[in-house]
Amino acid sequence: MEPAVSVRLTPMAAIVATSLADVRRPAAPPRATQEAAWVRWLLTAFALLFVGGFLVLPLAVVFTEALRHGLGAYFAAFADPDALAAIRLTLLTAAIAVPCNLVFGVAAAWAIARFDFWGKSVLTTLIDLPFAVSPVISGLIYVLIFGLQGWLGPWLQEHNLQVIFAVPGIVLATIFVTFPFVARELIPLMQAQGSDEEYAALTLGASGWQTFWRVTLPNIKWGLFYGVILCNARAMGEFGAVSVVSGHIRGETNTMPLHVEILYNEYNFVAAFAVASLLALLALVTLGLKTFIEWKHHQALAAIP
Amino acid sequence: MSIEAHDIRKTFGRFTALAGVSLHVPRGKLVALLGPSGSGKTTLLRIIAGLEYPDAGSGRILFHGEDVTDVPPGERKVGFVFQHYALFRHLTVFENIAFGLRVKSRRERPDEEAIAQRVHELLKLVQLDGLERRYPNQLSGGQRQRVALARALAVDPKVLLLDEPFGALDAKVRKELRRWLRRFHDEIHLTTIFVTHDQEEALEIADEVVIMNQARVEQVGTPQEVYDRPASPFVYQFLGNVNVLADPALATGGRPPGLTANGHIYVRPHDIEVGRHVTGAPGIPAIIRYIHTAGAQARLSLEQVQSREPIEAEISRAVLEDLNLQANDLVLLRLRQSRSFDEDYHI
Repeated sequence: MEPAVSVRLTPMAAIVATSLADVRRPAAPPRATQEAAWVRWLLTAFALLFVGGFLVLPLAVVFTEALRHGLGAYFAAFADPDALAAIRLTLLTAAIAVPCNLVFGVAAAWAIARFDFWGKSVLTTLIDLPFAVSPVISGLIYVLIFGLQGWLGPWLQEHNLQVIFAVPGIVLATIFVTFPFVARELIPLMQAQGSDEEYAALTLGASGWQTFWRVTLPNIKWGLFYGVILCNARAMGEFGAVSVVSGHIRGETNTMPLHVEILYNEYNFVAAFAVASLLALLALVTLGLKTFIEWKHHQALAAIP
Repeated sequence: MSIEAHDIRKTFGRFTALAGVSLHVPRGKLVALLGPSGSGKTTLLRIIAGLEYPDAGSGRILFHGEDVTDVPPGERKVGFVFQHYALFRHLTVFENIAFGLRVKSRRERPDEEAIAQRVHELLKLVQLDGLERRYPNQLSGGQRQRVALARALAVDPKVLLLDEPFGALDAKVRKELRRWLRRFHDEIHLTTIFVTHDQEEALEIADEVVIMNQARVEQVGTPQEVYDRPASPFVYQFLGNVNVLADPALATGGRPPGLTANGHIYVRPHDIEVGRHVTGAPGIPAIIRYIHTAGAQARLSLEQVQSREPIEAEISRAVLEDLNLQANDLVLLRLRQSRSFDEDYHI
């Protein structure tokens, strides 16, 4: 408690008195939302333990296991032609699936954010379907359509086309599973931005394409990058759907995640973890990019007048 | 270029935004589309610009006598300024203004030097020289508004359309900018329509005011015409303050002109003369409930003695002092000017 100060303070004395009172006050005034110290420590510790146990530890294990027999053994794992084929196939799949979903995603988001049409809410829900359905089911759908016993199977066989247990099936399944990433990222963004800028471009004489390239695209740029890197990470890492349609033919239809599984089942731990470490690195790079893009995106969003 | 709209209808689902609206804007005039929100004024403006289309089979839009109903917005030669400016946020002020020139077909596109010259001309016109490298989010609301105007003017429009041009600005900037717009219009004489819900704004700067309500045009006229001779109870109420007196028979001092037996009478607060109560003198007896003296005029909140209806009067502060009025004083009101409408509107 502050001692009772004499009533007749000169202004100078008053200032001294207040500054003394300032010194006595605790450094940070308590806030209404602040919890007791032990609660804060407990929650923080719990969060750290959780992150450590479930995220950091597995990541560390991947790299230690991969490097257990030294760098030589680590790099030897990539010299294996099957591993190289898996890496190539994964890159190829992503190289096809990501651009496809980029175009689909932008088109779908544009249609949903800019127009009112019958069945719009159904379409919006359908875009989420790949997230809602188990990836294994997604793969099975393609087996049921393109497989030998499937709807299009006999026709495909007649024309000597193979989809299931071949690269086209893997690409299709990957496209399906990664479809929502770009669209989901763009729809809320485009809805928030509204179409006034596009209308403005139109009144200034721009054509539809000019408006798209000069106004729409620059405005959704960061959201688009963000959707694309997430889409890419999932395309490269997808296991379930691809596993169903791939057929696991070594050197031909094995993607990296499938290759990791095979190596692991063969007790070839170093090689399995080496390939897995590549995927983990991809995840880390994705996270880094994601953070950077979120930061840029945030700046761009703050610019909405 | 004159603008004509004939019998424009527009519905959004079940909502009727425009129910057969016609309009004529003579060349070189500054016209205000005034109305409460939802009255259809912005929709009409967007239809004139070509950003919306009237319902199939209804109405035509004519520019200078030429039918442009099916002409896309980019070819109508309109400059449109959006309520929230709609500046391209990823482009600098310079590039925003240059946009309309850069998207022209190669044959019509001016060279880099000509574009720069035009942009600087426009920046000067809207008094923003030196800001060409800024981005929209680095500008104040008033500056953004003027960039939007310069951008619209860059393509040499024949018509300027402004949607709530000062709606998003604070009161002081708003007043400055609207006077600036009036002077600006006097310089360039471009046929201009602006949408507003602020009657003061419309009455202050427009040559002609088009008052809209519930998807229809209520009245068209010069600011003085619409203010002095409102065509409907809605216009009366919308333009400035008005007292609606339900029982005019109480006006013991003779019937005000134009009064019908059962109609309401409309009287503006400044058309009420306030005098000290003298027994037997003509007038409506009322009791002062409250005197508001903050402002140029003194505003009196009164209550009629017989009907207990509230009524507002505005008198100069000098008169207030002369009369030496206090709250709860009994006074006599005389209506200098009032109006009634034959049909009994419900507002």
